[in-house]
Amino acid sequence: MSEFKQTFNSSLGKKLIMALTGLFLCTFLIVHLGGNLLLFVDDQGFAFNSYANFLTHFPPIEVIAYILYISIIVHAVYALVLTLKNRKARPVGYAVQSGSKASWSSKNMGLLGSILLLFIVIHMSDFWYAYKYQHVIGFKEYRTDLATNQTTVSDYTPASAEFERSISTENNVEIVRVKDIHSRVQASFSQPIYVAFYVIAMIAVAFHLLHGFQSAFQTMGWVHQKYTPIVRFIGTWFFGVIIPLGFALMPILYYIHSLSK
Amino acid sequence: MSGNMNLTLKVWRQKDAQAAGKFVTYKADSISPDMSFLEMLDVVNESLTKKNEEPIYFDHDCREGICGSCSLYINGHPHGPKQAITTCQLHMRTFHNGQTITIEPWRSAAFPVIKDLGTDRSAFDRIQQAGGFISVNTGGAQDANATLIPKVVADEAFNSATCIGCGACVAACKNASAMLFVSAKITQLGLLPQGQPERYSRVQAMVAQMDEEGFGNCTNTGACEAECPKEIKLTNIARMNNDYFSAKLFRENHVHDGGGE
Repeated sequence: MSEFKQTFNSSLGKKLIMALTGLFLCTFLIVHLGGNLLLFVDDQGFAFNSYANFLTHFPPIEVIAYILYISIIVHAVYALVLTLKNRKARPVGYAVQSGSKASWSSKNMGLLGSILLLFIVIHMSDFWYAYKYQHVIGFKEYRTDLATNQTTVSDYTPASAEFERSISTENNVEIVRVKDIHSRVQASFSQPIYVAFYVIAMIAVAFHLLHGFQSAFQTMGWVHQKYTPIVRFIGTWFFGVIIPLGFALMPILYYIHSLSK
Repeated sequence: MSGNMNLTLKVWRQKDAQAAGKFVTYKADSISPDMSFLEMLDVVNESLTKKNEEPIYFDHDCREGICGSCSLYINGHPHGPKQAITTCQLHMRTFHNGQTITIEPWRSAAFPVIKDLGTDRSAFDRIQQAGGFISVNTGGAQDANATLIPKVVADEAFNSATCIGCGACVAACKNASAMLFVSAKITQLGLLPQGQPERYSRVQAMVAQMDEEGFGNCTNTGACEAECPKEIKLTNIARMNNDYFSAKLFRENHVHDGGGE
């Protein structure tokens, strides 16, 4: 046991922890983006609200969610520890700092990460905390005529404060009553400042992962003439462009949509 | 003489390891563009000596780019603005008449300033002594062709062996990390058959000594690779990480005690 402790207390061991938690957070982004694409379904939030309910009530997801929260905290704490150690390694700085060939994002991972941590705190308190622990989110009732497949939506006020979700079928009409996080997303994304903050955070994600994804492979020692170009391609185009762009489109499109109302 | 340059030097002067240092401005007049940077400093020191002032201390030895003694952080770059050369190979024609040149020592907690521009780089020696060698008993040399080594491997090992241990990687790194140096030494020995028996004990011992010396932690920016006078590759660091994690996480480092008697 003490040998593992010594390993993970070494410089390389701490870096390995950064790499592993970082890559886990990268895989989470794929799932998160995939699920949130339901925001683009034009069904007044039916699919998205059902998905949110599933995420918060399916035990295996709950377990992974807590591993995720721990990963975020560990990634941030180790980043802080390593940064402080790095500062100590150069007590007197240089008078002249010329532009080195290192990329901007590689030199500003701490700044980018701090923006992301702030974003995660605000993002989670506005949606995750409000959804799970506060009674501030209303309910919607979706009535689908199973014969015609037409869905009508109305607000729903549950009788009990404990109410989460119900599905029933009456006279060939399926009635789904579920917490309406979709309206909260809509309301949040109609505020220009909120939208701007989200877009800035996604730009930070892009630059953070532009360096971070391939850097994690370097730290693990997985560098290979044949595979590293693939890792760099995925890091640049998938994690540096497609993922952040996909997320950023959500507030942007919802904002544009809110203007036309 | 025509074509000679007049320069302004801002030089870090520090009496000894304990004293506080400061920048002092000197005029370097009638400098031939064909002089090396160190010869230019020799000229300045000669005039200082004639004026009964303390000459500027700087490390130098071979003056042909192979000993690793010369250092100097010149206008924001270790070994000056040109690629793949040491300070002694830097010529004054790189600069222009009237230019101000700022000269600083390597900045790292592990490389304390001894005097002016000279730093104590014995931390590198201690890392080498921790494992940067192969243990071979002397005796009759075996036939050179008895141990075959693929050309690619031999070249890769040799490229890493060109590291002169000057410390430019530490000076260039925003974290003052020594991982490029340590990984070059590990690679040079670890790739070749003669280095195999101690490959995994070596990487553990050298990384432990590196951590002990108080160097920072690599964030894979690549600044070291860009500034290295011998163009040592960042892939060496990945190889070091790979060997280290392999040694620490997957290999048994001790003989099983008891049993089998």
